[in-house]
Amino acid sequence: MNVNELCRNLGLNPVAGQKGMDRAVNGAYAGDLLSFVMANASKGNVWVTIQAHANIVAVASLIEMACIIVAAGVEVDGDTLDKANGEGIPILTTGDDTYTLCCKLHDLGV
Amino acid sequence: MSSRDMVILSYRVNPEDFAKAGDASSNTKKVLKKLGIPSDITRRVAIVTYEAEINITIHSNGGEIIVSIDKAKIEIIARDYGPGIPDIDRAMEKGYSTASDHVREMGFGAGMGLPNMKRCSDEFQIESQKGKGTTVTSTIYIHD
Ligand SMILES: Nc1ncnc2c1ncn2[C@@H]1O[C@H](COP(=O)(O)OP(=O)(O)OP(=O)(O)O)[C@@H](O)[C@H]1O
Ligand SMILES: [Mg+2]
Repeated sequence: MNVNELCRNLGLNPVAGQKGMDRAVNGAYAGDLLSFVMANASKGNVWVTIQAHANIVAVASLIEMACIIVAAGVEVDGDTLDKANGEGIPILTTGDDTYTLCCKLHDLGV
Repeated sequence: MSSRDMVILSYRVNPEDFAKAGDASSNTKKVLKKLGIPSDITRRVAIVTYEAEINITIHSNGGEIIVSIDKAKIEIIARDYGPGIPDIDRAMEKGYSTASDHVREMGFGAGMGLPNMKRCSDEFQIESQKGKGTTVTSTIYIHD
């Protein structure tokens, strides 16, 4: 599955990083503490978080996660969108909270 | 890279500059990729430089990161101009953090940065002097 298929399947809202929509999805990681994410998330993971400041793009890009899903209806900062467009890291948003979204990811086989 | 070549990258890191925090590590990673460094090594360097960059941003009065790449190893030196770490053993404990509420809200301050850096390093050293500053040195060997 790639990010574009994931996005369509779950009805997520793509807000940045369109040029990375063909990145391959391989597993998921949920968390809001950035050093935990750095230590434990894997390449290709979908990252589910409620952080929305620009540093999340650096984290996702450094460990080569597939995309960032900003959950719980949190609004994404403008400079975060700019960075994500620059790095080609898709940011998808949803009104679902982290738990609900992770259940949907599981049901989808991620 | 021929055996005599050495690439040196150097970045200034400003205190509290969250807009730029991550740029030094992102740029380092791009250079390593271009040089064809193996991806597991690149990941470890990315984690060390990122955590060092964030620590300088959050905890220090500013500093710099110098990355030296040769055929055998990558050395990362992160140094700042204070305030220093009073108790290094304590700072190295997983979960120990003096981060403010403001930066904790941003997801920093789990007390995992230094332990992450050590875990990703083959050699790891911290020197710190109260008032003067902190120097963290990490060496990662490149396997064939
Ligand atoms: N460059 C530095 N200057 C002064 N103090 C530092 C520096 N780096 C780390 N420290 C001290 O060591 C503590 C532990 O650092 P560590 O990176 O492990 O965790 P953290 O930065 O607080 O949280 P995290 O890295 O998980 O976001 C810090 O809270 C701080 O008190
Ligand atoms: Mg830290």
